[in-house]
Amino acid sequence: MPEYTLKLRRYSPESGEPAYWEEFTADLDGHRSVLDGILQIRDREDGSIGIRHSCRAAICGSCGVSINGRPGLACHMHLEEAQKRAERDGGVITVEPMGNMPVLKDLIVDMDAVHWKKMQRVTPWLIPEGEHPEREYIVPKEAMVDVTQTMACIQCGACVSHCLSMEVDPLFIGPAALAKAYRFVGDPRDGQQFERLRDLSEDPHGIYDCTHCFNCIEACPKGVAPMSQIMRLRRIAGSDHGIEDRNNGHRHENAFVKNIERNGLLHEADLLPDSYGGKFHPRAVPELLSSLPIALRGLQRGKITPKKALLHEHKAPQEVKDIFQRVHGHDTRFELNLYVSGKDEEQSGEQDNHDIVEGAQAHGTPSSSSAERSPNSV
Amino acid sequence: MKVAYWPGCVSRGFTPELHGSMAKVAPLLDIELVELDRAACCGAGVIAEHNQELADTLNARTFALAQQEMARGADLMMNICSTCQGAQSECQERLDASSEYRVRVNESLAPEGLSYERGIANKNFLWLLVEEIGLDHLRSLVTRPLTDLRVGPFYGCYILRPTDRVGIDDEHPRDIYLQQVIEALGGTVVDYAGMNKCCGFPIITMNKDASLKQAGRHLGDAKDADADCLVTPCPLCHLNLDLQQPAAEKAVGRELDLPVLHLPQLVGLALGLDPKELGMGKHVVKPTTVIDWSTSVVAGVGGGIGSRAASGEVGQ
Repeated sequence: MPEYTLKLRRYSPESGEPAYWEEFTADLDGHRSVLDGILQIRDREDGSIGIRHSCRAAICGSCGVSINGRPGLACHMHLEEAQKRAERDGGVITVEPMGNMPVLKDLIVDMDAVHWKKMQRVTPWLIPEGEHPEREYIVPKEAMVDVTQTMACIQCGACVSHCLSMEVDPLFIGPAALAKAYRFVGDPRDGQQFERLRDLSEDPHGIYDCTHCFNCIEACPKGVAPMSQIMRLRRIAGSDHGIEDRNNGHRHENAFVKNIERNGLLHEADLLPDSYGGKFHPRAVPELLSSLPIALRGLQRGKITPKKALLHEHKAPQEVKDIFQRVHGHDTRFELNLYVSGKDEEQSGEQDNHDIVEGAQAHGTPSSSSAERSPNSV
Repeated sequence: MKVAYWPGCVSRGFTPELHGSMAKVAPLLDIELVELDRAACCGAGVIAEHNQELADTLNARTFALAQQEMARGADLMMNICSTCQGAQSECQERLDASSEYRVRVNESLAPEGLSYERGIANKNFLWLLVEEIGLDHLRSLVTRPLTDLRVGPFYGCYILRPTDRVGIDDEHPRDIYLQQVIEALGGTVVDYAGMNKCCGFPIITMNKDASLKQAGRHLGDAKDADADCLVTPCPLCHLNLDLQQPAAEKAVGRELDLPVLHLPQLVGLALGLDPKELGMGKHVVKPTTVIDWSTSVVAGVGGGIGSRAASGEVGQ
């Protein structure tokens, strides 16, 4: 039986001692999981090792940990795969508790203090509008397929663990909860789409606090892709509902898109003031003043030249402008979600039968959405 | 080799030294750059956030322009920006996944006589260095080894994640290429916590404090690990790490003063180019720990951190 060395992060609050590392050996087949390894060690060597677990089959989401710096489920990682990844870090499989949450004991973190609080923050239940139907709600199939990705979440906290926005801003609502928010925003039975989105846009720690780092997409054992859901929330909030949040999220997005439509390439000197509503917008003035020393230093070093800052030397070719017009001119916004549609090769012989999810279709325009979203209430 | 070259926006905007240094380094590596000067911004994730199809179409157009160059003899498409790499890889993933979607997108390119064919090879300069030029060949070209220079790699999120989309696997350990390149150039790799983290740039206009704290924290971690400088393949990271460094210092309440180099600059220094022609004078944080300006000697300048490291004073 192969032997694997596991280095565990130990911490026991009642001891009064700081956390420390301890190495153990497990002898198990390589296809057994890191969780199996830890449980063997606990049975044979030290019954006090703390780890939360239940199903051992990547369903319950209890055994979230960080293995050699990567978040995931201990039951979802084979020892041989963990060993392979560990080779870069000195050859020892290192297991520590998830990040961004307080440690209760050894590998057990306080999910209540962070993860579940944030989950409650997004009102994770359906709030239908109008009278309830006599029997069940009837909704279009595509609309429910659209939210299945977020429904795959098993609440393990792996994405929360390595969220880089939360690392510097603990108040950030975070990937798991915002993915959950999309589960209701995208549900045609819910009647509070606008209210939910306004709330999440206006919160300075809401959808516009995500820094696009992809850590949550990488971390999720279930393919929920929380960051992609956050981008969809932004899309619907900004483009469908026109919500102008006080964090400049939507203004920044608009400024960026218009900047490219005009210039083809990003003209940075315009982006900053436009993101705050234009050079003379009351919100822009203090921002621009505070950025002045940086701009001056850029000028001084020749990084920014007055010519480059003031003139628009690069103009978008007409072909690029035409693309903007053409795509913006479509009746509905197209969104290809590979989680739903799969890839060509995987759909043997069904090359002509792809689901192109129409992102805006299920939501419609804000004015018409209530009727579309609650077909049984009319 | 000949590449269809996509420099991105920022390298021609607020980090002109990146575009300039790439142009200087390319001939030394025998790379012929055919610039895609009619192509548009990759969208940096923001256009995709606004309208996925728009971002996919703009990038399909860039790919189609590159494929025209490839039909005329270019080997592949090359970019010099982690964010372009990630944003373009994301669009390519969707475009390559569905023939039906490709048809739809290509309809928008048709008026210009362009069409994207599935499966373009689009590589960041970092990937090209390791996979096409090769570390051994790179090592053989070094005329001024970066001896004693302690360099912290800073990748940028878009070139690291999601690993399957950016093609990181056993054969292509693209998440350690920067370390490999630093070593091939004769430098010392500094291991620090922020290497694979986010510079904070995407939220600089939305949550400035959090954004600057990210930059400041990683710079601080590298500083604490006795780095002389950072190197990054991402000009957007460079904006937050260098241009915004004075503000980041305030956000984290400590002095940082850590120079940040673009990847072609680091390569250029080791290949013997003059720091001035690599645009090293254009940085907000002067690279005094990297270069002795009076002699153009690289690294380990009088009693600096590099020389301390060499004499074994630096403990972990």
